[in-house]
Amino acid sequence: MLRNFILLFLALHVFSCKDSQATLTHIDGKQIPITDSIKSDPAIVEYVAPFKARIDAEMSAVLAYAPQSLSKNDGPFNTALGNMMADAVLELSNPVFEKRTGNTIDAVLLNHGGIRSTLNAGDVTMRTAFDLMPFENSVVVVELTSDKVNEMFEYLKSGKAHPIAGMQISIDDDNNLVKATINGEPVKDGQTYFIATNDYLQQGGDGMTFFSDPVSMEVLDYKIRSILVDYFKTQDTIAPVRDNRFTKE
Amino acid sequence: MERRKFIKQTGIATAAVAGMPSLDLFGASAKSKKITILHTNDVHSHIDPFSPEDASFPNQGGVARRLTLIEAIRKENPNTLLLDAGDIFQGTPYFNFYGGELEFKLMSLLKYDAATIGNHDFDNGVGGLAAQMPNATFKMLSANYDFTNTAMEGLTKPYEVFIKDGIRIGVFGVGIQLEGLVTKALSKETQYLDPVEAAQDMSRILREEEACDLVICLSHLGYEYRYDKISDLKLAEKTSGIDLIIGGHTHTFLDKPVVVSNAKDEDVLVNQVGWAGINLGRIDFEFDTSGTVKTTSKTITV
Repeated sequence: MLRNFILLFLALHVFSCKDSQATLTHIDGKQIPITDSIKSDPAIVEYVAPFKARIDAEMSAVLAYAPQSLSKNDGPFNTALGNMMADAVLELSNPVFEKRTGNTIDAVLLNHGGIRSTLNAGDVTMRTAFDLMPFENSVVVVELTSDKVNEMFEYLKSGKAHPIAGMQISIDDDNNLVKATINGEPVKDGQTYFIATNDYLQQGGDGMTFFSDPVSMEVLDYKIRSILVDYFKTQDTIAPVRDNRFTKE
Repeated sequence: MERRKFIKQTGIATAAVAGMPSLDLFGASAKSKKITILHTNDVHSHIDPFSPEDASFPNQGGVARRLTLIEAIRKENPNTLLLDAGDIFQGTPYFNFYGGELEFKLMSLLKYDAATIGNHDFDNGVGGLAAQMPNATFKMLSANYDFTNTAMEGLTKPYEVFIKDGIRIGVFGVGIQLEGLVTKALSKETQYLDPVEAAQDMSRILREEEACDLVICLSHLGYEYRYDKISDLKLAEKTSGIDLIIGGHTHTFLDKPVVVSNAKDEDVLVNQVGWAGINLGRIDFEFDTSGTVKTTSKTITV
């Protein structure tokens, strides 16, 4: 009896699959924007509330003020927002690095994709720092050979506005390097350079393989987000500018 | 031939329901069926709507609003699937504070059916992702990550077949190359396998072995690249048997879904709806089940 039932089931299964009569006749595709014209489901709002309350308490602390919104897309080659982040890393990491090693950070390279939001005009809060840098990545300082530094410039000549500080780059119309200097000086063969980045990029993130096998490395245990928070605390007004650290001739 | 098949199937169906109320197999309502696919990608922990002061997306998005919209569509068509193409995690303090717990719990409350894994879903390590899996009632699909010897081993499936109104819908997932995006410290022993081979294999299994009427790829490969890297557009061109590729990773806002010719010159729909839950994608598939439609051509409106 059971066996017969299984056989019938199998027969049904096979025939219903193989002899399916369904023929796809029409496809209609679109997207629907989620705006404030759609009412929030009250059960979800209630469910989220305790999670939200704990976060809001910490996130609303005002750290500084921004007269204008800043976006990582507000220019080619270098952006005010990227410059601010790279400059903040240089300014705040260097004392830590110097104290530990006696050396000085020569330059900073972060990645454009690592800037995760706009910085909106108005109060700059703890939330701003989390929005810009939600990742837990920390600053590492790698000591690179001149060959690796040149590889880094070859990587950067594509023109993407990766945040940089302490270096100057200029490319021509065909994206060839015209100028590539560290602190205004061309890279000297045989010399090593201390470049600050984050642990994600050091481990080959965004294809930055020149960081992979450094001469030496110092992990600062200083999160990029904490750097932003500390930087905002030292500033009344956040108004960085685009400059000529990376240009096209 | 078509008629013979039709009679055979009807006969068996009748036998199976003997003694039960008769089904109206010939009724007008049974001749056309509609499946609705709803989808998101790269929601990145954006649970609340963006603030009214946000420079890019003021007052947009929000999980609670998304559910209201989804419920309205489910009321209109109960034969609806809800899917996500990965990067569920990372982007707001909700992830920093709770490690993805709330994201998975909310997706379960919204009754997501399936999702695939994005590179940022590894941000707390393969172990951090595995730790949140008990909060997910939806299927986590990946056909090209081999999780052997990792905490995710046994917690994913390559594909799932959903049956809605008798229509068999095969859904599978493909993820992006981890090297350069996810550090080894996070991905551990996760192996990335060729997504094109995986996708073609899935398409064959779902069409031939699982006899699916509709095949959907959930992809976190990215929409398009200016350099030689596999993308949704390339995947669509290089494979066959896939009806819809729901993409992610590149946070691409498309004006409308894109139609691509596949390896057999058939139409594939590729869609992606930006990120952060700003939009909900909706694709309706209509099927003729009268048995009289033999043509393989279909109309597409986008």
